[in-house]
Amino acid sequence: MVKVGFMVTVNFSPSIQRHKSCPVQNVQAGTLGDVLGRAMQAEPGLRSYVLDDQGHIRKHVAVFVNQNMHLPRNDLARAVAAGDTVLVIQCLTGG
Amino acid sequence: MTPLLVCTRKGLFVLHLQTAGRWEITAHHFAGEPVTQTLVDPRTGAWYAALRLGHFGVKLHRSDDQGKTWRELPVPAFPTKPTEGPWADDPTPWTVELLWALVAGSADQPGRLWAGCMPAGVFRSDDAGESWQLCESFWLDEKRKQWMGGGNDYPGAHTLIVDPTDANHVTAAISCGGLWTTHDAGSTWQSVGKGMVATYLPPELAGEPNIQDPHRISLCTAQPNVMWMQLHFGMYRSTDQGLNWTKLPAAPEAGDFGFPVLADPLNPLRAWYVPAQADSHRYAPGARMCVLRTDDGGQTWQVMREGLPQQHAYDLVYRHGLALAPDGRSLAMASTTGNLWMSDNAGESWQLTTAHLPPVAAVAFA
Repeated sequence: MVKVGFMVTVNFSPSIQRHKSCPVQNVQAGTLGDVLGRAMQAEPGLRSYVLDDQGHIRKHVAVFVNQNMHLPRNDLARAVAAGDTVLVIQCLTGG
Repeated sequence: MTPLLVCTRKGLFVLHLQTAGRWEITAHHFAGEPVTQTLVDPRTGAWYAALRLGHFGVKLHRSDDQGKTWRELPVPAFPTKPTEGPWADDPTPWTVELLWALVAGSADQPGRLWAGCMPAGVFRSDDAGESWQLCESFWLDEKRKQWMGGGNDYPGAHTLIVDPTDANHVTAAISCGGLWTTHDAGSTWQSVGKGMVATYLPPELAGEPNIQDPHRISLCTAQPNVMWMQLHFGMYRSTDQGLNWTKLPAAPEAGDFGFPVLADPLNPLRAWYVPAQADSHRYAPGARMCVLRTDDGGQTWQVMREGLPQQHAYDLVYRHGLALAPDGRSLAMASTTGNLWMSDNAGESWQLTTAHLPPVAAVAFA
């Protein structure tokens, strides 16, 4: 059993939750790809809302690790440490 | 009369005929979301809706109870792009950005569906959309490297036609990659279509089938050797199911540019087109809406305007914005300006049903 305080918190924006139920997740640390992968297991099909066919962050989705937006979208190998917060939001596009 | 489904920038609308000539919106599904295509499966009655969520990608939903409930299905997806070999530097992204064509297989293939996408991949499902297989030889054909995006960033497969006499024979229309056909249910594909002429290309390439921009094709169900096409410039007809095409004379008042074409399912001499002012304007010719119908195989045109706006009409009707009801006489037509017109006399006169829809991508009778 891993204590929540030693885990990564992953938040999904309300705009995603309009389509998929995905409350705040507390998952084990790892690469950003690992962390997102664990969090997205919470809801079948959620993965395709965040990542494209190639497993990259969708071009109109933004992922923050703490206060920093993660780029580039096609590289999810950066480390996310216990205690970090990941936020998945929609970029401001549309009309 | 069966209901009408209207795919718009802000959701899927359902309309029912209330009294003679009076259609009313009875439901609005996926409110606020772009709906790019719909399919009413003639084998099961299931409704499908393809969505293009601005942030979260392409989605597909199915309803088995005429829209009362919907269930999200997996969507077609490309495999991982190779990092070496001939496709490593492919400038086309290997991510489905638009589900543009969705058609059912034959009655003896109960779960089979075909999907056409942008980028121009063709996918097959044999379990009513629960899983999808990419037609790999089509996606990996070297000829794809000659294609262009027609008004979009990438080439797209916007129309698929299943041969009513041979369900393993499917024709795909690509903007801009011409016409492709398979005779083995998607295992192998060939570029076809002699006679198309792209006047805007270098003269040496103008007749090359693989780089044409067929805006829409339509087949006469009763005589499936007869197909009609709206090419980027020019209305065409084929009597050998798309292998060879003959350019038809333009309608004097309306030109020969446009997007939709509909074959009459029973009469091989009848088809409808909706012209637009070529080609940088892309609204009704002279800002006066009209529909063209031929009853003689495309030799002459009836320019039908009754009930359509004849001044300041900046409507464009997209490829899938014209539909024919099972009665063979009732038509629906909807535009990027959010106008929806209905005709109950094969297009000879029209009634405005609503002028306030979001931009319309496709219409279909259920």
